[in-house]
Amino acid sequence: MSYQPVLLANIHKKDSHALAVYQAGGGYRALRQVLKEMSPKDVVELVKSSGLRGRGGAGFPTGMKWSFLPENHPGPIYFCVNADESEPGTFVNRVQMERDPHQVLEGIIISCYATRASTAYIYLRYEYPLCLRRMQSAIEECYAAGLLGKNILGSPFSLDVHIHRGAAAYVCGEETGLIESIEGRRAWPRIKPPFPAVEGLFRKPTVVNNIETMACVTQIAERGAAWFRSIGTPPEPNNPRDPGSFGPKLFGLSGHVNRPGCYEAPLGITLRQLVEEFGGGVWKGRRAKAAVLGGLSTGVVTAGEFDTPMDFSGPLRAGCLGLGTGCVVVFDETYSMVDFLHNSCRFFAHESCGQCTPCREGTHWALQMLNRIQAGRGRLKDLELLLEIGDSIGIMPGTTICGLADGAAWPIKTAVRKFRDEFEEYVARTNPEGYLDTTPVPGMGTPQSLYSIA
Amino acid sequence: MPILDADVRKQIESHFVRHPTKQAVVLPALHLVQQRLGHVPVEAVAEIAEILELSPAQVQDTLSFYGFFKQDKPVGKYRVWVCRSISCDARGSEELLQRLIERLGLQPGETTADGLVTLETAECLGACDYAPAILVNDILHEDMTVEKLDALMDTWK
Ligand SMILES: Cc1cc2nc3c(=O)[nH]c(=O)nc-3n(C[C@H](O)[C@H](O)[C@H](O)COP(=O)(O)O)c2cc1C
Ligand code: SF4
Ligand code: FES
Repeated sequence: MSYQPVLLANIHKKDSHALAVYQAGGGYRALRQVLKEMSPKDVVELVKSSGLRGRGGAGFPTGMKWSFLPENHPGPIYFCVNADESEPGTFVNRVQMERDPHQVLEGIIISCYATRASTAYIYLRYEYPLCLRRMQSAIEECYAAGLLGKNILGSPFSLDVHIHRGAAAYVCGEETGLIESIEGRRAWPRIKPPFPAVEGLFRKPTVVNNIETMACVTQIAERGAAWFRSIGTPPEPNNPRDPGSFGPKLFGLSGHVNRPGCYEAPLGITLRQLVEEFGGGVWKGRRAKAAVLGGLSTGVVTAGEFDTPMDFSGPLRAGCLGLGTGCVVVFDETYSMVDFLHNSCRFFAHESCGQCTPCREGTHWALQMLNRIQAGRGRLKDLELLLEIGDSIGIMPGTTICGLADGAAWPIKTAVRKFRDEFEEYVARTNPEGYLDTTPVPGMGTPQSLYSIA
Repeated sequence: MPILDADVRKQIESHFVRHPTKQAVVLPALHLVQQRLGHVPVEAVAEIAEILELSPAQVQDTLSFYGFFKQDKPVGKYRVWVCRSISCDARGSEELLQRLIERLGLQPGETTADGLVTLETAECLGACDYAPAILVNDILHEDMTVEKLDALMDTWK
């Protein structure tokens, strides 16, 4: 392929995480130029015109998010960098922080300048100890070099960056759960509005952006908006609500592929190209059966849907929640979709924060049914009940506070609908006497362990 | 005798400058204590609350939400997290977990009687490119097999 990586351009250099190596490759040149030649408003306009959409999962336009901040606010304004990365199947932010922490930090400094933020918190999941060390030493190098702290590079702009460690709870990645967690409370997502831009961390205007989004800001400042828009997929002509999918994207590949790893490609590359050209195809000479295409929450596609373009609208046409994190997990023909869905339901039941009844009860109920199906007591009726739960929990049907419930719903909806035959065959085979039973089933009780951990 | 020594207290207080409220130091404080004592006993909760000018209930409420902090007794010298999410499951994590359960005679969440090993299951560790992965304290062990696991366990002393 002719595409030249930019986000991953540094990672194979020796000591790629060191400031000296980063600067030798042109690092912090963009920041110098921004501070010298551009106003904060200019930077917001630049990012807006690039068409950058957030890489954290929802694909919200970054420049637009920044422009929701109140004008002439006396401050402080806070910037939160979301490095919680706990979506199952997802690991690209880890690669960035371990191998190229300065590219991320440069983006953070530029973004804070644009939004007039005076403090940035990097919310880092606990399970990334190497990221912690690399980010921490990168921050220290920046303070020592005048790239952080008071009057950065002699300009009037000052900024402090702190790392805040999480404690093993998925919902901390939701932007208002993250804010609650930094404030020292349980990570219960807040009801919106007010949105963080108006009332966020410590009740002040706040921006929450993903690590990869920050690296994209660095590249846009360095190479310009036109360069960014020359990569990716333009808006669909007959969909006025599609702003297009521009720029490079990091894709994670794992599961049953020959070469798992983090790869960079233009948005719009097909799932098949990713799996074949980067991943070296399915392992053990087998065929693919299915794939999760953007983290567990987005749901599954069948092997017949591998021509789906990996941009912000392709996965929607394949019946998935969205592009999500762009991290793909491939399953070969021997893998059971019942096992897949059991794993998924266990995860979301474990991680539901319990505030919203549909999410708390729905995820546990779905898990109980999957437990029963796996124990050879499944019924055809359970498949209908599972779909009923899937269709009725989440922000989209409007029954929950945050998107965790949507993430729980999509694997159910896509797996049961797309692999209906396999589920039916499984219950009929493992429960030949009872699979047609439609009488209500008494509750199976909830294992204590599910409530002991958030 | 307070359970938190002057050194931990100083470390907790060093976080004050980073935040406009003392409550925002709850998580850093819990991490510092968990790291130092291997758990966060109720006595420590009360002392953290005092340092942060909160009620013990506020600290306890936060603590109870995060699966990471232990309260009843300290974790072992080796805290082992076995990822059981999709990528690791697809590449054999269940076998690793069963091996650990069998050799240690423990269920997930438990600690060996000699205080050497705590076994935990983890959701995706963000190391799916190295699946199946396990995290032991702060070292990630990649592309694990039962053989590699056995060799690793032999080093736990
Ligand atoms: C349950 C849940 C978990 C999330 N986890 C993450 C995460 O780990 N990292 C992340 O960047 N965004 C995560 N998000 C999305 C954030 O809420 C937010 O949209 C994102 O950080 C914004 O960054 P962006 O605009 O740069 O994409 C999560 C959302 C939900 C509902
Ligand atoms: S949707 Fe689920 S995780 Fe999100 S706030 Fe409601 S209960 Fe909590
Ligand atoms: S699924 Fe195990 S590290 Fe991601």
